[in-house]
Amino acid sequence: MANTDQEILEGLAEIVAEETGLDQADILLEKSFTDDLDIDSLSMMTIVTHAEDKFGVRIPDEEVKNLATVGDAVSFIKSAQA
Amino acid sequence: MTSAREVVVTGLGATTPLGGDVASTWEAALAGVSGARTLKNDWAEKYGIPVTFAATIKVDPAEVLSRPETKRMDPSAQYAIVATREAWADAGSPEIDGDRLGAVVSSGIGGIQTILDGWDTLRERGARRMLPMTVPMLMPNSPSAYVSLELGARAGTHALVSACASGAEAVGYAVDMIRSGRADVVVAGGTEAAIHPMPLGAFAASRTLSLRNDDPQGASRPYDIDRDGFVLGEGAAVLVLESAEHAAARGARVYATIGGVGLSSDAYHITSPDPEGKGQVAAMRFAMQDAGVTAADIVHVNAHATSTKVGDLTETKSIRTLLGADADHVQLSATKSMTGHLLGGAGAIESLFAVKAVAERLAPPTINVDNPDPELQVPLVRDEPYKLPGGDIAAINNSFGFGGHNVALVVQNH
Repeated sequence: MANTDQEILEGLAEIVAEETGLDQADILLEKSFTDDLDIDSLSMMTIVTHAEDKFGVRIPDEEVKNLATVGDAVSFIKSAQA
Repeated sequence: MTSAREVVVTGLGATTPLGGDVASTWEAALAGVSGARTLKNDWAEKYGIPVTFAATIKVDPAEVLSRPETKRMDPSAQYAIVATREAWADAGSPEIDGDRLGAVVSSGIGGIQTILDGWDTLRERGARRMLPMTVPMLMPNSPSAYVSLELGARAGTHALVSACASGAEAVGYAVDMIRSGRADVVVAGGTEAAIHPMPLGAFAASRTLSLRNDDPQGASRPYDIDRDGFVLGEGAAVLVLESAEHAAARGARVYATIGGVGLSSDAYHITSPDPEGKGQVAAMRFAMQDAGVTAADIVHVNAHATSTKVGDLTETKSIRTLLGADADHVQLSATKSMTGHLLGGAGAIESLFAVKAVAERLAPPTINVDNPDPELQVPLVRDEPYKLPGGDIAAINNSFGFGGHNVALVVQNH
């Protein structure tokens, strides 16, 4: 079942907020996981694990390093669902 | 008295089955409240576990920690952090170079809930679904490591493991760190979070748990003739230990002195104490010698007393053997009658109780002793707190662990 971009962003923001304690409203498409959201590699892998679960997709480890921003992750999940 | 640096207690923190902090825990202990309650789950029906109660933590850490903290720390580390924050604030949040600050927080079992959750996830959903934080959450040194991270403690972070003596051994090791000059301040204590069907089933299998399901609050009854085993508890306690000079230089409030540490091992049986109590006597004797006190100085003992048939009596026999006629003026408290058995946290909360007892001159009661065991050889504080004498006094906290570990700490007024 495919989600809209907005649904993916909201779902992902929920996961990131849960992991980081940040306000969900601050987790925007242009935010960098490392520079803006201060997410380390273990936290990133935790987010990926939860995102795979939530959206029913597979995000390979070698792909994770390409996901610099929240928008990159939304795009990847969207294409993986297609 | 040795020439070693005097080590004092300047901060206390706890989260226990009696309360979410020291004040509420101590108040409940003085009032003789039991922290045991019936478990709200289906473990008995689902797994056939014969025990349906435990001394669960009073305040869920989710109420005081942030959401990410509760997700990345095993409950054992969460309890330790709650207790540490209270203890550190209570000590006045000392300004200290992290190179002179240590952390020694023990757990008897470690992140058992994380281990078992991880195993469930692996079997049911495969390796891909396992959480990346699983390893740092399950490590038994995780609570100590998080305390070190919390405070920037770089003089050493340790997690001594000796089953139910772990928390007291942590305090003893912290004393050694300060005396040897490795640190000026050490945050020390113990934690446990093992109320889960597997450890509950395992302890039940070892026939060491009370099966008094119809009366959870009356189940932990050390020294009562009808005691039938211990009550599994959970929680953490942390003490801020400091060299007396360091405390004086910053004008810190001092609760008490940890004057002596005594350690020994039974080498007798993996779970049963040596019935002669030789190891227990040796640990108490070493601690008293270390503190430079005599039998006449000891006015209070916080007993290890878990409410088992054999263990409780062995300890009072050891106290009588060591102190002789002077045991007549010792007031014995078995606080596990109220807290249940915190395993790796037990030696820490009972050290904290001994410190409070000396500081406030008040020995906490032992509850549920309807019919004292006639073989009990030391005066027992029952039902009401006992007023300890003025002047210079000393108390002992005993903690013993499966494996034959014996730890005795001597607490003195400062």
